[in-house]
Amino acid sequence: MDFRLDDDQRQLREALRDFCDNEIAPKAAKRDETGCFEEGLIPKLGEMGLFGTYIPAEYGGTGLDCVSYAMTVEELSRACGATGILVSAHHSLCVDPILNYGTEPQKHKYLPKLATGEWIGCFSLTEPGSGSDAGAARCTAVEDANGWVINGTKNFVTNGREAHVIVLFAVTDADNPRRRLSAFIVEKDTPGCTLGKLEHKLGIKASSTAELIFENCRVPKDALLGERGKGFHVALGTLDGGRIGVACQALGLSQAALDFAVEYAKTRVQFNQPIGKFQAIQWKLADMATAVAGARLLTYRAAWLKQNKQPYSPEAAMAKLYASEMSNRVTDAAIQVYGGYGYCADYPAERLMRDARITELYEGTSEIQRMVIARRVIDDPAWVAR
Amino acid sequence: MDFNLPEDLAALRDAVRRFAAERIRPHTREWDREQHLPDELIAELGQMGLMGIVTPEAYGGAGLGYLANAVVMEELARQDGGLALTVAAHNGLCLAHLNLAASEEQKQRYLPKLTAGEWVGAWGLTEPGCGSDAAALQTRAVRDGGGWRLSGHKMFITNGARAHVFVVMARTDPDKGPKGISAFIVERTDKGFEIGRKEDKLGVRSSDTVPLDFDHVYCGPEDLVGELNQGYVDALRTLERGRIGIGALSIGLARGALEEAIAYAKDRKAFGKALADQQAIQFMLADMATEIETARLLVHDAAQTLDRGEDSRHKASLAKLVASEMATRVGLKAIQIHGGYGYTKDMPVERYMRDAKLCEIGEGSSEVQRILIARNLLGW
Repeated sequence: MDFRLDDDQRQLREALRDFCDNEIAPKAAKRDETGCFEEGLIPKLGEMGLFGTYIPAEYGGTGLDCVSYAMTVEELSRACGATGILVSAHHSLCVDPILNYGTEPQKHKYLPKLATGEWIGCFSLTEPGSGSDAGAARCTAVEDANGWVINGTKNFVTNGREAHVIVLFAVTDADNPRRRLSAFIVEKDTPGCTLGKLEHKLGIKASSTAELIFENCRVPKDALLGERGKGFHVALGTLDGGRIGVACQALGLSQAALDFAVEYAKTRVQFNQPIGKFQAIQWKLADMATAVAGARLLTYRAAWLKQNKQPYSPEAAMAKLYASEMSNRVTDAAIQVYGGYGYCADYPAERLMRDARITELYEGTSEIQRMVIARRVIDDPAWVAR
Repeated sequence: MDFNLPEDLAALRDAVRRFAAERIRPHTREWDREQHLPDELIAELGQMGLMGIVTPEAYGGAGLGYLANAVVMEELARQDGGLALTVAAHNGLCLAHLNLAASEEQKQRYLPKLTAGEWVGAWGLTEPGCGSDAAALQTRAVRDGGGWRLSGHKMFITNGARAHVFVVMARTDPDKGPKGISAFIVERTDKGFEIGRKEDKLGVRSSDTVPLDFDHVYCGPEDLVGELNQGYVDALRTLERGRIGIGALSIGLARGALEEAIAYAKDRKAFGKALADQQAIQFMLADMATEIETARLLVHDAAQTLDRGEDSRHKASLAKLVASEMATRVGLKAIQIHGGYGYTKDMPVERYMRDAKLCEIGEGSSEVQRILIARNLLGW
């Protein structure tokens, strides 16, 4: 048993940290202010191989493992929450299902360009009327002689603005409750597919959260991803892995918050001493550190289980649940340590708190995570003692 | 990187789990009520190698590491927190200190009987006037010929009522603060040494906790453990190890509470369905399980770090703080899931909560852990 990163993973972390400190962190505030990624960011991330971290080399990717991927999301998020999710949603929610469920022709068509970031990927399951109740989606895909015709509206699509490749879920058999949905790969410039409204959000402002409108959008037969009727299974399987990415994002944001808070506590002087001398501040810092340490182990354990092809669904849910909720507590505590300055945009704490809020919501709300965990704990009581 | 428990430790875990279910579980309520642990049980634990888990085999110990210790502590505490604490103080305090600092002759003199469970060990640092502020301890060790005479009082000493061997910290230099403390071995039968009455405690009641009185108790040069005036340093190193064990003990208590709550929730019906079909209860169970997993990872991380010979102090504090506070929370939730029945001694959950509370206090209170963690973060 060894919870440590391997040597090459440690080296990767150093290289990533360096890259993120120099190339990503400096513009994080600007991205938040403008609500978009600066020109050149995506190519820069692409050149570093960060859009293809675990795409196998045969498809043009960097061919690293899941733990290394987890690290990239954490480090990117530590520098900039929005950049973290840009990469995480691309990988976990678009690249992953194509890798896991795609045919060889599909993999060869999409993965190489996804790997370099020439194409960005996104995942479109949620609709105005169905979020947690994903199975109740209403966007339809009707088969005919020449392919599928898609009609409906999707929303809250992360990367919707930047993406070219959409992993989409639509109803192909409305009357078959167990085989209602199918997954498709749709290219955004397909006629009938329109980018709709972009959400203005509390945080991760540079990350686009988009509406996608499908009006008689025709896609070829081979756009089907996985088996017809297995869409829900593809969605849930994909979200299991996506959860790890969000946990990493939460972890990165929290680590940043902790580091900033410790620095501030050492330097800010009140009542003739650094505020870190007061137990009230020490207690906050200690509690922040324990929360981050716990989340780190849960998250990397889930990544490790996934990469070793061991079952990981409740572990991933625990990681996402714990990391997201703790990131909100930790970033909030960081604002408190900063005092009045913590409330101002000149200081990073408030942006970290706003960015952290989303992690309790997307890729399965905390309520959904609790349902997944409870299901396992109740159905298999021996599991808690495994 | 590997998150799986190695096979040999999984086998050890399963063996202790079986033993605990068969030999401990049927008696826990009685032992809690009577504040009692049978001597035969201690002997059995000795035979199983559990009274010297990390002591080298050369002295009769199992020669395992702190990860193994954590696994054993969790399984024992799953059934009886007081029994687990008895083993923890014996292994994680008394034996740990001797393993760290005792001379070869002292080890030969004491370890074989301690690891066999023939003798139980105790460790005396805390006094009526100082717990967290341990460096201010007052028990004096005054030079007498080649040895010393110990006078003073110790408080809250686990295993004191049944121990034969006591590692006691006393002040050998009144002017040097923490640098004027030494450790001595005192035996139960030493003249002037009195073991006081068992405390009547909220929890871990099957574990005995006593005051100790020293009235010019003689310790020869062969009874000094480690270097003169190094006793406090050795005591701190001992506590760093012991607190990982308390973290593991906390997890066992929490897991016991959770397992009982799951069983109860599946069985108990209200409003036409099992409690386990009510979302509020499901979510409580999910949170309890998540907290336990998190704490266990922290404890195992600290244990592995120590086993690799690296500095594990920060991780040990994180682990002990998180696990202990978690165990009290989980115990309280388990009572809540049991409703009115959870408030009675017919159900074991109230005992888990009572036992857990001790873990937030002993071997470095949560406040001490926060001070240490913050100090590490701030670099002060």
